[in-house]
This record gives sequence, structure tokens and C-alpha cells, in this order.
Amino acid sequence: MRARQWAVVALAGVAGFAAVFLCIALMTTGRPTGEAAGIPAIGGPFELVDDNGKPVSDKQLVGKPFAMYFGYTFCPEVCPTTLLDLSRWIKDLGSDADKLNYAFVSIDPERDTPKLLHMYLSSFDPHIRGFTGTSEQIAKIAREYRVYYKKVPTENGSYVMDHSSIMYLMGADGKMASAIVYQEDDASALKKLRSLITTSPSS
Amino acid sequence: MRTFSSLAFIAVLIVAASTTACAQAAKTSIVVEDPYARATPAGALSGAAYMTLENKTNAADRLIGASSNVAAQVQIHEMSMVNGVMQMRQLANGLPVPAGESVALKPGGYHVMLIGLKKQLTAGETLPLTLTFEKAGNISVTVPIKAMGSMQDSHGGMGNMDGMQNTKPGGMGTMEMK
Repeated sequence: MRARQWAVVALAGVAGFAAVFLCIALMTTGRPTGEAAGIPAIGGPFELVDDNGKPVSDKQLVGKPFAMYFGYTFCPEVCPTTLLDLSRWIKDLGSDADKLNYAFVSIDPERDTPKLLHMYLSSFDPHIRGFTGTSEQIAKIAREYRVYYKKVPTENGSYVMDHSSIMYLMGADGKMASAIVYQEDDASALKKLRSLITTSPSS
Repeated sequence: MRTFSSLAFIAVLIVAASTTACAQAAKTSIVVEDPYARATPAGALSGAAYMTLENKTNAADRLIGASSNVAAQVQIHEMSMVNGVMQMRQLANGLPVPAGESVALKPGGYHVMLIGLKKQLTAGETLPLTLTFEKAGNISVTVPIKAMGSMQDSHGGMGNMDGMQNTKPGGMGTMEMK
């Protein structure tokens, strides 16, 4: 009976892994025909402002593969942790770090001015650029990247944001290659970043 | 006669023991263990503080508010990750601290949210924090500020600190990853 129960658990585990694997396989290999197969493409054109107050568009990012993360400076935990992780990975990449672009896109443009973003990012690796924009511009890029974000009011007129915590790894062609989840371990994240550099070299 | 005196002696002992216990229970109510705040990036207007609250009484209590002179306001929040989406919610009714139990405020869960920071929280410094409980009233603590990277170890099994009276220096709470 015991062995049988274990077998069921093992089978369920295998099935779970298979499902996840299939999902990843679909996300990666299915990309070129993704739209035809009903999987919406992730990524797209955008026009925003960088943390130096200069206009920036997708055209300045593509050509090199890039890592993109959506968050906000008012975020007490998840965003600083992610940016700290990313800073450590950039350092670990060494000279290869320059083969990628890195962007932190604010989903709280109301509070995140270019100036605030610039100051905030000074606490992290200098490779990471900050992007913000009008509410409409942010809504557009969030739609393109399938990013979920929502303003949640708290007491005394303040608010926090719910937001997707995934880091998008985009190829030099601007199409999604893979993703890093929140608090993914260093080895796994670095493997993905290195693979992004080799499989999607700068054009 | 002999039996009577030993019985009396035992009775006295029991009375003495229970009064001591009562006195202790009255003295210790809520104990705040291992408080720490995370250093903030430059310009950040919010921060978070973590700790373990131990209720040593036999009555349920509730953390209903907090204040600090480094922030415009302080709220009690709960963070959760739902399908990859980070969600934060203010606990409108406060955070219950059941009788005789410990509640951990830690990364990925409950935290004291410092809103409208008046200065950057720098590692190595401290900040004053007053916690307000429904029954225990105000408890003031000095909260050490730790490097941003020190949160990394927090999901490494700090767990519930049930029954742990004091934490030694150099325990999980003070570890830093660099």
C-alpha cells in the first residue's frame, strides 16, 4: 500500500514536470509560429523616457539581447531584491556583461520620475538603465510584455502596486527567449543569461 | 503529624511557584525578537522592517499600528506571490498575535512598511520604531539596519521561533550574504 501510494506520488510528479517542460518547450520553440498557434508573442515596440530624461525606444535596445524587469521604486522588497540579484549576476558575467542590455521599467510612472529612477539605480549595477513614461506609454509596454500591474490604495492616500515579478530575457531580435523567476538561484539565472548571449548574439 | 507538615510544605511550594509564574506573566507580555530593517536604495521612499513577535501572555493580542520618526507613516502589510504576481496588502484589522505563540514578520510575508522615508536607511545604522498592540500598548524597539543583501538568507529556514526565548548574536537574523 505504501509503495503504491509512493508510485502515485511519483507519477504525479513526473506528470507535473512533463507539463512544465511542455509549457517551456511551447514558449521557446513555438515562438516563430506562436501567434498562429494562439500563443501571443511577448515584447514589442515602445517609446519611453530613460533615467537621464532622454527618449528611448525598443530600437535602442534590440540589436543586443536584453533583460527587462518591471517594478517600481516604492517597492520595499521584491524590486530591490531582484535588482540586487541582477547586479550580482552582471558582476559574475564579467566582460560578457556588456553583451546584454538591462532595463528596469517602472509600472508606477506617477511616482517614478526619471530623476528618482536615476537616483534609485545608483544603488545597483550601472549597466541597469531605468525607463519610465506617461501612464499610456507604460500601459502599452505592459500590454506588449503581458505584464500585470495594479494600483492598490492603502491608508492616508498612499498606494502600493501589485505587479508581475518575472524577468524577461529577450533576444537581439526583440523576441522573448526565456525568463528568470523571483529569487531564482544564481547558477540557474547565470546559465540563462549566458545562453542568451550565445544563442542570440548581437546583430 | 509528619505527613501533615510535608503536605503543608508542598502546598507552600505550589503557592509560591504559581505566584512567581503569575508575576512573570504579568511582567512579560509581548517580546519583540530580532528586529531588523533592510537598507534602502538611494531615493527610495519606502522600506520594510522585520521581526518576530512572541506573545508570552495567555490572552490573544494584535499589532494594530506602528510609528517611527524616519517615516511619514508606518503600516502593517502582508506580501504574497500569486502566480508570479507580487501582491501587497495593508492588514486593515492588524496582525493577530495568538496567546503563547510567535508570529514572524519576514521577507515574503508580513512586514512593517515604512512609508515616506525621510532619509535613506543605511546599513549599520538603527531606526527607532514604536509598535502599538491592542492590549500590550506601545512597545518601542531600536531596529538595526542591515545591508540589502542580508534578506537573501531569510528564506533559508528561519522558520517559526516557537519556544526560542532569546536569539544569540550571530544567529540567522544577523547573517549577511556578500
